[in-house]
Amino acid sequence: MEAYLDNAATTSVFPEVADIMFKVMKEDYGNPSSKHTRGMEAERYINNAAEDIASLLKCQTKEIIFTSGGTESNNMALIGAALANKRKGMHIITTSIEHASVHEPLARLEEQGFEVTYLPVGKNGILDETVLEDALREDTILVSVMYVNNEIGSVQDINKLCNIVKKKDNSILFHTDAIQAYGKYRIIPKKLGADLVSVSGHKIHGPKGSGFLYVKDKTKIHPLILGGGQQRGMRSGTENVPAIAGLGLASRLIYSMEDHVEKMYALKKQFIDRVKELGGITINGIDNIPLEETAPHIISVLFEGTRSEVLLHALAAKGIYVSSGSACSSNHPELSGTLKAAGVKDSLLDSALRFSLSVFTTKEQIDYTIDVLAEELPVLRKFTRK
Amino acid sequence: MVQGFLLKYAEIGIKGKNRYKFENALCEQVKIKLSKIDGDYTVVREQGRIYAEASGSFDFDEVVEELKKVAGITAISPVEVIEDKSWDNLKKAAGDFIEKQYDKTDFSFKVKAKRSDKHYIYTSPEVCIEMGAYLLGRFGGLKVDVHNPDVYIWIEIRDKAYVYSKVYQGLGGMPLGTAGKAMLLLSGGIDSPVAGYMVSRRGVNIDAVYFHAPPYTSERAKQKVVDLAELISQYTGKINLYVVNFTDIQMYIYEQCPHEELTIIMRRYMMRIAEEFAVNNNCMGLITGESIGQVASQTMQSLAVTNEVCTMPVYRPLIAFDKQDIVNIAEKIGTFETSIQPYEDCCTIFVAKHPVTKPVAEVIRKSEKKLEEKIDEMVREAVNTAEKIEIDG
Repeated sequence: MEAYLDNAATTSVFPEVADIMFKVMKEDYGNPSSKHTRGMEAERYINNAAEDIASLLKCQTKEIIFTSGGTESNNMALIGAALANKRKGMHIITTSIEHASVHEPLARLEEQGFEVTYLPVGKNGILDETVLEDALREDTILVSVMYVNNEIGSVQDINKLCNIVKKKDNSILFHTDAIQAYGKYRIIPKKLGADLVSVSGHKIHGPKGSGFLYVKDKTKIHPLILGGGQQRGMRSGTENVPAIAGLGLASRLIYSMEDHVEKMYALKKQFIDRVKELGGITINGIDNIPLEETAPHIISVLFEGTRSEVLLHALAAKGIYVSSGSACSSNHPELSGTLKAAGVKDSLLDSALRFSLSVFTTKEQIDYTIDVLAEELPVLRKFTRK
Repeated sequence: MVQGFLLKYAEIGIKGKNRYKFENALCEQVKIKLSKIDGDYTVVREQGRIYAEASGSFDFDEVVEELKKVAGITAISPVEVIEDKSWDNLKKAAGDFIEKQYDKTDFSFKVKAKRSDKHYIYTSPEVCIEMGAYLLGRFGGLKVDVHNPDVYIWIEIRDKAYVYSKVYQGLGGMPLGTAGKAMLLLSGGIDSPVAGYMVSRRGVNIDAVYFHAPPYTSERAKQKVVDLAELISQYTGKINLYVVNFTDIQMYIYEQCPHEELTIIMRRYMMRIAEEFAVNNNCMGLITGESIGQVASQTMQSLAVTNEVCTMPVYRPLIAFDKQDIVNIAEKIGTFETSIQPYEDCCTIFVAKHPVTKPVAEVIRKSEKKLEEKIDEMVREAVNTAEKIEIDG
């Protein structure tokens, strides 16, 4: 049996998505900027994808800018917004649990004179709104808070946080990295109050190298990639038509599913209930909050007395694919920032595994995973570094 | 006119009646190396030299880089082969060659000539004088300096004439295939690939054994070792890499023996297993990357205790090297970047906080007695189930 439980890293592509991409590559390969029929055919794919996404987000098609994925969307949102608004102020607020594609662009902005405040989160990885409120200043121009954390699956109340920011000063831009949220939550930027929303295609059974940034109409941001002026000059470069077509279709497919989120919660509950029985287990980010307030697809588990990398390889040998909570090795420990920020003890940081589900995950796969864990854990716990 | 590369070798020259074997082996290695890059080459042996004549679309720098990896070559010179060796043609061709080889002709030089064609119109000293005069006339910036020139220009007149000047240092050593074969204990670290390269440079073919301990070591750690083997195979030629699953043996030692002796006992079993592969592959020795005192298992006491389980000689080319010297070689042969990728190997995963540094053979042998029940079977199993990966040089 095989159980791919690393869907927060990437997902398999929907077969229909692979088909449409294949067709675009083989048959409708024109450059959307070309004036002839081939170009128009290609342009139609982009327009269709933009329309599909715009209708899901209840926004205008011109508010969607296609990118090469989540990392580019985050870079564009942060650097683009900071550069366009620096006359107004140079203060940016974010949290300590953001993805590297948020932290690294912000570090670059710090080198260029911007000031960044990193807000701490509570034990479950949740940002307290009063902490945000207190951090807002006269010269704050941008707030960036991720919707769903990729490591422990904590979910922020983006709407509430947006309201706090906008109440203080309506001109402060609010960005949310919704890469792990898209496909699980209906994201309607206008309802959330967000000005900038980053999305990636390959987390929702779309292609790698696809994604978009929602930029609210009239929001001033500078483009990062300059050239032929494609996408109204916001993101030059010949559009990746197959990827965009795939992203549009994947979005439509995932949001047309009826109860996939409920199913994931059921599997998550099943997993948590059973894994706890193994003993020496801590689940991150679920203390004293209803499971429904955590992400449906992410389960972060600490296995006391084991090293995550070893357990990961042992599971992989049985066809179970997961991530270690910390990308870590004995030589160069880069212990997880999120786990630390969420209050995990240092001694346990190296014992975290992340199991992440998709619409294709089955009950049998969860049972199989637990059975294998029950078998492997005692052995691995016996042989440890003394 | 044909372009080529003049390859010089040193030590081979002293091998007496076996000399032709060494020369043939070197020609063979040069052919193999050049067959892998663009261009067509004819490799000929002539009077203590080897010429690789190049035609087709070849990249000069690439040829030199590849030839620098062939053991046995001490120097590589790009050479112009001049078929029409009449003096007027020869001097002009030599001038053209100098123009091509040097961006600026503003150096001091000395012409050296050799003449095996004794009927040539000029004697060797005359060739030097005449050629020097011609070059001085043609290139305004040149100066003659017979004592300490920046540049030598060699003219050799045989059946054809040859002109060369630039000299690139070769790898030295002895041609592959002239010594025999040895089994390298290859880990993912910095030292063992360097050790393999160094012994191989003396003409020794290499096979290798790697000890894998899943799930404690990852597939990526194994891939890293395969990558390292591929990198050194540019020097060592084809390598048979044996990947041995060592987990069970390691666990068994862990359970049965004192923890601080784990590493030393593990290493003794690695040597035993490596020797089995060595025997099966007609190897005459083992190679390790050990260096005195580098870690607990490489003190002189530890080396003595690991050494005693082998009957074959164990070659330890790095034994007296400092780490930095080893790193320098690793950087030169291009293995360093791969070696420092952070994947754990099986020697470090269960290492004790204070492993023995001065093991006593008798004590260790006594500890190993506790393994008697199962260890032979486990070793046989490990040898039989090893995966063989063929790395083409």
